[in-house]
Amino acid sequence: MANPIIRVENLGKKYRLGQENRAGTGLRHVIEDAVRNPLKFFKGIQSPTEEFWALRNISFELEKGDVLGVIGHNGAGKSTLLKLLSRVTEPTEGCIRLRGRIACLLEVGTGFHHELTGRENVFLNGSILGMSRVEIKKKFDAIVSFAGVEKFIDVPVKRYSTGMMVRLAFAVAAHLEPEILIVDEVLAVGDAEFQKKCIGKMEDVASKEGKTILFVSHSMASVRRLCTKGLLLKKGSVVQLGKVADVVDSYVKALNTDDGATSLTEGEKDFSFLSIQTRQGDGTGSTVFNHDEPIEIIIRYRTKREIPELALDMLISNASEVPVFTVHRSSHQKKNIPPGTWEAKITIPALFLIPDRYVVSLLAHVMRRETFQTIDRAVSFEINETGSDMDGYGTRFGSVMVPFRWEEKAS
Amino acid sequence: MEEIVIEAGTADRHYWKDIWNYREVLYFLAWRDVVIRYKQTVVGFLWTFIRPVLTMLILVFVFRKISGLTSGSTPYPVMVFAGVLPWMLFSSALNGGGASLLGNSNLISKVYIPRLIIPTSTMAVCLVEFAISLLFLMVIMAWYLVAPTWRIITLPFWTALALLAAFGPAILIGALNVRYRDFNQILPFLIQIGTYVTPVGFRTEFVMQRISEPWRTLYALNPMVGVIDGFRWAICGADFHIDWFRFATSCITTLVLLCIGISYFRRVEKTFADAI
Repeated sequence: MANPIIRVENLGKKYRLGQENRAGTGLRHVIEDAVRNPLKFFKGIQSPTEEFWALRNISFELEKGDVLGVIGHNGAGKSTLLKLLSRVTEPTEGCIRLRGRIACLLEVGTGFHHELTGRENVFLNGSILGMSRVEIKKKFDAIVSFAGVEKFIDVPVKRYSTGMMVRLAFAVAAHLEPEILIVDEVLAVGDAEFQKKCIGKMEDVASKEGKTILFVSHSMASVRRLCTKGLLLKKGSVVQLGKVADVVDSYVKALNTDDGATSLTEGEKDFSFLSIQTRQGDGTGSTVFNHDEPIEIIIRYRTKREIPELALDMLISNASEVPVFTVHRSSHQKKNIPPGTWEAKITIPALFLIPDRYVVSLLAHVMRRETFQTIDRAVSFEINETGSDMDGYGTRFGSVMVPFRWEEKAS
Repeated sequence: MEEIVIEAGTADRHYWKDIWNYREVLYFLAWRDVVIRYKQTVVGFLWTFIRPVLTMLILVFVFRKISGLTSGSTPYPVMVFAGVLPWMLFSSALNGGGASLLGNSNLISKVYIPRLIIPTSTMAVCLVEFAISLLFLMVIMAWYLVAPTWRIITLPFWTALALLAAFGPAILIGALNVRYRDFNQILPFLIQIGTYVTPVGFRTEFVMQRISEPWRTLYALNPMVGVIDGFRWAICGADFHIDWFRFATSCITTLVLLCIGISYFRRVEKTFADAI
């Protein structure tokens, strides 16, 4: 088997916390230390400071053509890993072996200068990222047309919109042709169309040109679509390394901190909601779901007497508090509720709600006569974007996914 | 295929080769600084004249008119300008290099380029400025009817020496600046003192005649003393000569400062990204 293109062994990076936590790190403190404790100072002994391992014992290998998605919560060590790989900072222990040119996109537009024109910035940025002047000249037209800023190429970039600047910066980096490309959250900016273009370009780079890519993102959808392997980090260590689907899955599952069950304050009246829970199809409580799995909502309630015409409604609203739909008990159960404790189950099918955060509200009332109980935002749940049709569009384009067909014929 | 090994403490195996490989970045950064420098100023290049000329006029006023110093057969303004030129080069290189790392903090924390390139690239702006001031020197020389001699061809050597003298302290202060911002305050102050201590507005001999031995050597330790002597020798004609002892002393100081600067810079540059 060929040598791996990236081999990381026992990589670790330690930061000192203590020094940063002090009131300042000015010269005054150094002098102060020297005066207070001259012996210690000249022996070079640091006053005890808190140490913090941003990364520890990281080992993995990547072959040519691998696209690795690095995922994890904020502070898991993703950015530190990329910084070490791109040689921005030095590891404290362990080593990295890279075979080939490495280029990184840690925030696009590094080295862009506002006073310079687009053309000048392409040359400057390209050279900072490691392209030669000849190379940039050769690819200049391709870069500009990829970014779609032909008309403005001789205008200072301070007159550009953010979108234009990001596009130009990404275009420069995309034409680098390194053996290893490191990408950090670039796709967070730019409009949907351009994001698609970027992902397309990265797919090309990986599959057609056989380049190795390391991709850090919070967007599980992009990671899933783009990557072949996944690396899940938690508090500076590797939790899982493997196929991207498995790693994304366990990351999403790990987001679940509670079982989605909420006890509700009992009403004083003859009717009262008792509890509500959101569950996955297999019955485990959860508040985070993939867009392609059904969501069960379990509601428990109690009646002390049979209340004629009692209506129970469950309203789902999205993160912007826009009501999406309501489910009425009366559409499905015709009879009044006999005294006792009851459990209702409402299933929201898979591939229906678009990825967003939702809240469930409950209402018990007799139409136009009496309200027994209203519970706004009884429980909330989240649907993760793991590659749905709405990926890249977002809530502006609708609240639900529908299976309607688009038929077409020549006319 | 070339293998890059990143390991604690071994980053500097290819230190100088790395810098050579990145020479185009050096070129682009230098070019950027020059372009930006003149892009948004109304009178543009005129500024480059105004600063040294005003400095020259003030120094002539103070030392010639008020203090009544003389400069032999060379017109006093020519003599002063021959000192102001290298001093301006030195001080702007020191200033630029000292501030360069903080000014490019986004480059340091986001991408890898050999760090030494950043302060080095700022020297280019200073050289451009210097070249423009040289034009003005020609004007003054023509005005005072001072004919250049063959010695003028040694100017590139003295210019390089001035830059070297600035480079060591510049990278030292630049590196210190990353950790201790105090040097932002100290640097202008040092340069101000330097303007009076260095023989910019008067002949070196003027000082030498008034002090005795241990102080003379001490005075010559200022690396710019040798450089300015050299400039005057190259520009002003027969009245000026090079004192080889002072020249050697200045060179040694330059070299020592350069070594200190580079070794400190290399020691701390790996942590720039964490500290900046």
